[in-house]
Amino acid sequence: MIMQRREVMTARVVLILLMLVTLLPFASLFTTALHPSGSTPLGIDWPSNPQWGNFVTAFNVANMPALLVSSTLIVVGVVPVSVVIATMAGFAIGHLRIPGSRALFVLFLLGLTLPLEGIITPLYYLVDSYGLLNTRLAIVLPLIGLYMPFSVYWMRAHFVNMPSELSEAARVDGAGVVDLFWHIHVPLARPAIASLTILLSVWTWNQFLLALVLVQDPTQRTMAGALGAFQGHYATDIPLLSAGALLILTPSLVVFLIFQRQFVAALLQGSLKG
Amino acid sequence: MDRTGPTSDATLAPAQSHVTGRSATALRTSRLRGLRRANWAGWLLVAPALIVYVVFVLQPLVLTVQYSLYRWDGIGASQWVGLRNYVTVLTDPDLLQIISNAFQLILFFCVISVGLGLVVASLIRRIVTGPVGTAARTILFLPQVIPLVAAGIAWSWVLALPGVVNQLLTAIGLGGITRAWLGDFGTALPSVGLIGVWVLLGLCTVLLLTGMGKIDPALYESARIDGSGPIQEFWAITVPSLRNEIAVCITITAIAALASFDIVYISTGGGPGLATMVPGLEIYQLAFVGQQVGLASALAVVLVILVLLVVLPIQRMTGGEPL
Repeated sequence: MIMQRREVMTARVVLILLMLVTLLPFASLFTTALHPSGSTPLGIDWPSNPQWGNFVTAFNVANMPALLVSSTLIVVGVVPVSVVIATMAGFAIGHLRIPGSRALFVLFLLGLTLPLEGIITPLYYLVDSYGLLNTRLAIVLPLIGLYMPFSVYWMRAHFVNMPSELSEAARVDGAGVVDLFWHIHVPLARPAIASLTILLSVWTWNQFLLALVLVQDPTQRTMAGALGAFQGHYATDIPLLSAGALLILTPSLVVFLIFQRQFVAALLQGSLKG
Repeated sequence: MDRTGPTSDATLAPAQSHVTGRSATALRTSRLRGLRRANWAGWLLVAPALIVYVVFVLQPLVLTVQYSLYRWDGIGASQWVGLRNYVTVLTDPDLLQIISNAFQLILFFCVISVGLGLVVASLIRRIVTGPVGTAARTILFLPQVIPLVAAGIAWSWVLALPGVVNQLLTAIGLGGITRAWLGDFGTALPSVGLIGVWVLLGLCTVLLLTGMGKIDPALYESARIDGSGPIQEFWAITVPSLRNEIAVCITITAIAALASFDIVYISTGGGPGLATMVPGLEIYQLAFVGQQVGLASALAVVLVILVLLVVLPIQRMTGGEPL
């Protein structure tokens, strides 16, 4: 019993330490953000006169409303399209097993470990030649393509496990492929689709390199891209930078806290399958 | 990839047994036609995904290989140089150091995150149940949800001269070793590595915890009865049972290390000197600042191959789905 109790104590201490270390950078940003703009405070130091106004200033200089609109537009442009076309492809490859589905699957798998840096240079020239440089489409279209390997892999993994008797029964009842897909398989795939939607939304919101290379104007970028630009402009004003970074984090945090269970489940499944 | 071979005969067989004679033949041909139509419709279903993938991923991938064989400043005429860019990537001391930096980051991102994750997960596995478990999971997942750019900004400040790390060190009497951790040639790369650990440790821990939840508790009980302590338990039961989860963690963290960009760009910009320069950032610098598109592309091809060389053996090891 004594052994057990000591183990529980150790476990608690380890867990608390780990959580403290995880929260430390956020705490440091927060206290720093409350110091007078332009000053250089200590890492964690509660100010005698908290400057809550820094958040207002950061909100205005970072042009937060425009950033939120831009990031939202990009997510709306990327995620539904990606999910729909990946579900269609996953269904055809995993369930219908169309001729060549094995080859198609391998072709998509090729992209699964491809780092974005591996193709970013020609992407720039391609997007330029399509006349899309400095528009949100410059981020949206390549992202949809980049998400296909994981998304098709993910949806195929779902459809491969659906019993084929289900489709046969529907076929005997005279259902066409479209009916079969839309009225029978899509509703059953809802959990897989929901997790994929969460994963792609987070990845899109946080996409940095594409925004950095393809779009100059922060108000046309993703949140992460905008934060990079903000850091470039205010690197020397640490309190203002901290306030801005916290503000730009806030939407992610709020959405995460609301849907935390779904997020954690999706991220776990996502990493196990990816 | 689990079920291959022709499906049409197999799927027709059960229905056939219920019908006889002419109607069976009629049904069979009509269903075959239906299946054939399904196949064509199937290709239409794959087409949109395939087109965006080919246009925005495979096409640039082929172009990267093509660019890598030329000398090109991105604007003027390009000049065929064969494999000379690759020779440069594999012999230039600066570029070799950059590649070696990426492998040193693997040591941190991968070895520390997974190793520490295993230890932490096996220590806390009994107490992360109920609300405590939910709260722990939520907090440990925070670094996965926020943009890496934000993590970079926060950590540059934590590790700065007046930052929290130096504050703590001074408080415990180690004021002598305080420094600008990301600005010092000796500590910059390990510091970037530790930022990576911060990002990945929570994910690894929770992944491993989930895996531990699937281990039969009877195994631990019988080990206890045999008189083995926590350390023997760890090596004899926990680690072998978690082979798949460990492989997943290694894969994710190794790719994160080799292809790191956001954190390095924000926290050090590759400096001081080349102390923290990584291939991803160097590709960006060469292509968009240094106007050496050919060399950048050769480095990009090398990076893609390195990722495959590191990831494929791990996949093979676990006997999971072949990539």
